[in-house]
Amino acid sequence: MNDVPLAATLHASSRISAFLAGLGLPDPPAGTPADAWLAGLSETALHDVGLDREQLAAHLHLLLDAATTVPAAAKQAIHTLTILGGHGKDGEREPEALVIKAGEIVCIVGPTGSGKSRLLADVECLAQGDTPSGRHILLNDALPTADQRFAPDCKLVAQLSQNMNFVVDLKVGAFLAMHAACRQVDPESDVTERIIAIANTLAGERFCRDVPLTQLSGGQARALMIADAALLSASPIVLIDEIENAGINRRQALDLLVSKEKVVLVSTHDPLLALLGHRRVIVHHGRIADVITTSEAEKTVLRQLEDVDAAIAALRDRLRRGARIEDPIIWGPPPVADPPA
Amino acid sequence: MRLVTVAGPPSVGKTSLFLKVAARLRDDGAQVGVVKFDALSTTDDVAYAALGLPVRVGLSAGLCPDHFFVSNIDDCVAWGKQTGRDVLIVETAGLCNRCSPHIRGVLAICVVDNLAGIHTPRKIGPMLRLADVVAITKGDIVSQAEREVFAFNVRLANPRAPVVWCNGITGQGSVDLAFRIQAAPRVATLEAHHLRFSMPSAVCPYCVGETAIGETYQRGNVRKMSFEESA
Ligand SMILES: Nc1nc2c(ncn2[C@@H]2O[C@H](COP(=O)(O)OP(=O)(O)O)[C@@H](O)[C@H]2O)c(=O)[nH]1
Ligand SMILES: [Mg+2]
Ligand SMILES: [Zn+2]
Ligand SMILES: [Zn+2]
Repeated sequence: MNDVPLAATLHASSRISAFLAGLGLPDPPAGTPADAWLAGLSETALHDVGLDREQLAAHLHLLLDAATTVPAAAKQAIHTLTILGGHGKDGEREPEALVIKAGEIVCIVGPTGSGKSRLLADVECLAQGDTPSGRHILLNDALPTADQRFAPDCKLVAQLSQNMNFVVDLKVGAFLAMHAACRQVDPESDVTERIIAIANTLAGERFCRDVPLTQLSGGQARALMIADAALLSASPIVLIDEIENAGINRRQALDLLVSKEKVVLVSTHDPLLALLGHRRVIVHHGRIADVITTSEAEKTVLRQLEDVDAAIAALRDRLRRGARIEDPIIWGPPPVADPPA
Repeated sequence: MRLVTVAGPPSVGKTSLFLKVAARLRDDGAQVGVVKFDALSTTDDVAYAALGLPVRVGLSAGLCPDHFFVSNIDDCVAWGKQTGRDVLIVETAGLCNRCSPHIRGVLAICVVDNLAGIHTPRKIGPMLRLADVVAITKGDIVSQAEREVFAFNVRLANPRAPVVWCNGITGQGSVDLAFRIQAAPRVATLEAHHLRFSMPSAVCPYCVGETAIGETYQRGNVRKMSFEESA
């Protein structure tokens, strides 16, 4: 960076300008080489910043390098996630290996306390025999690299749970733009508009980009989290923990994630969500006791469940509009109009 | 003995997390000791003692907590050595964002939490910028998108340190931190060691108890605010 004017570097790297803005230093005059700028900073300014000249130079170098090299983990597509079996609380072994492909939904079921969250946590930290279950996680049939385990801005695993909320004091549009900037998305892109549009199809009630995040309803917030995870998060693996009561269209939400070729793991007690999975893992006493594939008969049950779900959603909608719900409920798909004679 | 300084703003989850880390180190066979620095009072020592670990408390009371810390840290090392500790965890108060407790050649961990707001990493000085490892807690209650923006800002503030995702309640990340502590440099004494950066300076009459207000008392290291309209 020696004699390249700092201002040019700043212009080229939004990371470095954000870093300098965070330090509270005035903008360097146009044409000043980085080294000259560093040399010209007063001791008082450096003391306030909390970095000495060498430390500041080292920071700038690392940020420059980071800006020019895409992290290895982000480049790599994940085709398979493998859970190599560990053992349960009773010490009993699990199945040797569970291999999950990109674009597959696997649900995790079992009583409360049976180890569903432990299993998600093992995937989240890409366990290497160093958690209570003794499981190992492989990516594309290989051990994860240190980069994959610890690179913060290209995490492999995104999480979504009932307990999560937006806490930042920003409007929907402004925050999404900020997230897009972190992901180095072209500022001209319409991705934030697309996220909001998709979130609006997932949630019952619409919202716009000018609503503060903290004012979203539970369902709207969950819908936005899913749309953001699908369109903006680079993470190829998505873990979903108990979103049955979130008030969103569950099939659409999962279809969206699967269409982005993500590995989707869902911990749930909800029959509709469980049957939406291609397979389900049964957890018992802290270990994987069985893995079953959703059967054709279950898919028929699923369609009935979806009809029930749609009927309830329609009732909810009428309640919202202030209507009465006195007429008898017809479980099943809406009647098809008679073909013209 | 391996030494680790743990710093971070109040209530980010330092104690919850390092209770899990300490338990892990102990279960791996290490003799672990803890020193807790705080300003006026603390109950953290009770929590560490409940794990059966020897613990000492340093309260800075009317002194600058940072200056108090650095004047006592070598005595902590001596205590740890004398009591046969393999690992000494020092939890500092982290009371101001300009705190600068990290020491060259000693493993430095900074703990920050997702609840603090996505811009917070920018506002924390040497405590974050010069740490070797950054532990981020409370990811369980904020959205994935906010976690990603927060981590991005941590990376800007400290491009060198690996980030470990932690949870003080479930112990997520504690295995990882324990692993890093087991590889920390050993120290016998901090004599002739240096802080990574100078502490907030404080040499004026108010440092030594002055309470009167007025021009007369503003001697020594004084800096005045500017009220000019900035361009
Ligand atoms: N939700 C959540 N709460 C946490 C987490 N870590 C710590 N806490 C809570 O945060 C509060 C402050 O934790 P404490 O360890 O005393 O913070 P310290 O002041 O930094 O030592 C406690 O109520 C903890 O239970 C976390 O990862 N998630
Ligand atoms: Mg504490
Ligand atoms: Zn301080
Ligand atoms: Zn003073």
